[in-house]
Amino acid sequence: MTDAPSTIAERSAEVLVRSTPTVIARRVRGLSDRAIAWLFITPTIALLLAINIFPLIWAVYLSFTNFRANRPNAEITGVGLRNYQRVLNDPDIWIAMQTTAHFVFWTILLQTVIGFSLAYLIDRKFRGHAFWTTVILIPMMLSPAVVGNFWRFLYQPQIGLFNYIVSYFSGIPPSSFEMLGSVSLAPWAIIIVDTWMWTPYVMLICLAGLRSIPDYIYEAAEVDRASAWRQFWSITVPMALPFIMLAVLFRGIENFKMFDMVMLLTGGGPGSTTEVASITLKREAFESWLTGRSSAFAIILFVAVFGLANIYVKALNKVKQR
Amino acid sequence: MRKMMKVLMGMSSALVLSAALPAMAKADELTLCWAAWDPANALVELSKDFTAATGTTMKFEFVPWPNFADRVLNELNSGGKLCDVLIGDSQWIGGSAENGYYVKLNDFFDKEGIKMSDFAEAAVNAYSTWPKGTPNYWALPAMGDANGWFYRKDWFAKPELQAEFKQKHGRDLGPPQTWDELKQVAEFFTGREIDGQKVYGAAIFTERASEGIAMGATSALYSYGFKYESTAGKYDMEGAVNSADAVAGLEAYKALYKCCQPPGYTDSYMTEGLDAFKSGQVAMAMNWFAFFPGLYKDEKVGGDKIGFFVNPKQKVAASTLGGQGMSVVANTDNMDGALAYIKWFAQPDVQKKWWSLGGYAVHNAVLNDPSFKESQPFAADFLLAMNQVQDFWQEPSYAILLQAMQKRLHDYVVADQGTAQEALDALVSDWKEIFEDEGKL
Repeated sequence: MTDAPSTIAERSAEVLVRSTPTVIARRVRGLSDRAIAWLFITPTIALLLAINIFPLIWAVYLSFTNFRANRPNAEITGVGLRNYQRVLNDPDIWIAMQTTAHFVFWTILLQTVIGFSLAYLIDRKFRGHAFWTTVILIPMMLSPAVVGNFWRFLYQPQIGLFNYIVSYFSGIPPSSFEMLGSVSLAPWAIIIVDTWMWTPYVMLICLAGLRSIPDYIYEAAEVDRASAWRQFWSITVPMALPFIMLAVLFRGIENFKMFDMVMLLTGGGPGSTTEVASITLKREAFESWLTGRSSAFAIILFVAVFGLANIYVKALNKVKQR
Repeated sequence: MRKMMKVLMGMSSALVLSAALPAMAKADELTLCWAAWDPANALVELSKDFTAATGTTMKFEFVPWPNFADRVLNELNSGGKLCDVLIGDSQWIGGSAENGYYVKLNDFFDKEGIKMSDFAEAAVNAYSTWPKGTPNYWALPAMGDANGWFYRKDWFAKPELQAEFKQKHGRDLGPPQTWDELKQVAEFFTGREIDGQKVYGAAIFTERASEGIAMGATSALYSYGFKYESTAGKYDMEGAVNSADAVAGLEAYKALYKCCQPPGYTDSYMTEGLDAFKSGQVAMAMNWFAFFPGLYKDEKVGGDKIGFFVNPKQKVAASTLGGQGMSVVANTDNMDGALAYIKWFAQPDVQKKWWSLGGYAVHNAVLNDPSFKESQPFAADFLLAMNQVQDFWQEPSYAILLQAMQKRLHDYVVADQGTAQEALDALVSDWKEIFEDEGKL
């Protein structure tokens, strides 16, 4: 007589073993744990190598050549570091990088402040908070293509709701300003849309952080007669900080490579006012067909994002260890 | 284990085969690629005759204009087999000829007795030849087109507006003959209330991403005397691209944009311009002749309410070239079918029917027909426009040349950055760099 499985996990494993077809069970029985592990992860690794690592290595190779995808018959020659030199000396690319930085900074700032505030409010568990949480989450569930087109209509100076709301509160005629066509307003128009769409995402992560703070810490603080303000700065913020930083990291990486929404809203215009780095890259690669140069630009962007993210992750780990 | 291997191999073979199947064209099936617009619908109708005559089933791949170049050039660059016959933009001909994407048609034309002298000379030069002006043919002129104008004839005819305009400008309110007059008329209408709606002067091209603003602004630039080179074929752009005339032309385009474009039209091209006109927002609009048959048929703004005019002359009578040639994609699996379609399309009777359905045939049998000018209200203007067309660079590097122009023009006209002189100087510098990279300078 064998011992009966004691835990739920053991019982589940037993059920799994019994339900496995005998042929497969016999084959798997001959393999070591390590071999089984490899069996499971090999397809994923093969896929990763094929669609991530190989293109990356290929792009690195192309970045040192004069290759142009629309000249398949032309001879490919090595150009050394010339592509990198030209990218780094191109004033238009630096302007695009500045535009990207401006966009990343303001979207992250606004999304973090608003997202955390919303999470803080939702965490109060007022009546109907579950309903409001769902409502707030709706924008992030939409496709960026839908959001882009939808906001294009909202921003339309003659029929757009946004201009009418501004006009209602300020008295400025709705068709007297163009959110997407004005050099000074277009960057803010994109920041508003991105904030509208992605603040719920930041809120969700912050909410997870707030919910992870044990109640007994607040109870101890109450006993010590700490004010609500003091509790917020000494308990809530430090303990939710790793989550906030994680949200900032995710949004930072995402917004650094933002493409779809900007393309749909302004196409990089007016002029080049909202031309972020990813749009410049797309134009170089798939409109101008400067494949070698655009590969160099892509590698530079990759290194920049990867480097910044690494520094940031180290800082995040330090905060978590505190 | 062997059994499992067999199953795996069977599955992979099925996967490979299923992936390869769509690429295999049937011999009695032909795929034609073009942009998705009004004339494409006319071509579908016309091609039914080809199917009836040959039994070949026609498939069509029509791509919306903003993605047309991206989609089709990607297809050609990747050696795809989607298109057997391609009606491609005139600017693509240099690159497609040099990269071997198009089949050279000289021998085929000779064998089948298709003469390029049967087509309008400007169209042959623009849509078929590479290098330019040489008798090397890579396409059959398929769809003549140029940038033209249309206006609200019913508004122009209002007696009170006629009287007011005459008093103000000392001439009748009518289709403008020069760019100065164009601006006067546009300003006259801007801000006015007509039929209970505030209206604007003109809808012009300002699109940034593909080719819009370049196609729009060149309508002004060419009329003011802009040239790409001082000497044809020498790439000596200094003093031509940024000449005083070119600067004046670009300033005129910006002035028209500033004074008279409806709000929100900062990134507008064909569709947006048509929308502005059809919704009764503008008195005049620029657009390609290809859309004129559809506009004339429009219940709300067509018929007696619409009039057409050729691009106004300032110093030079000139129109920006549109239109396309029909080429055989070198990678096709159905070469015979593709060539048969071109042979059929080149016939005078088919060309006449093409025009009657709304396609712009450039065959002399159509254009020289005594009744042609009267056949449509815009036919005479089309003839005039085709005789004065100027085209963008048709170099293999046209895409990067166009992107540079798009950027410099949009920066100046829409984003208000710098002066016209600075924009054109910067454009000369961009283009010089591109031609230096190409080894042409």
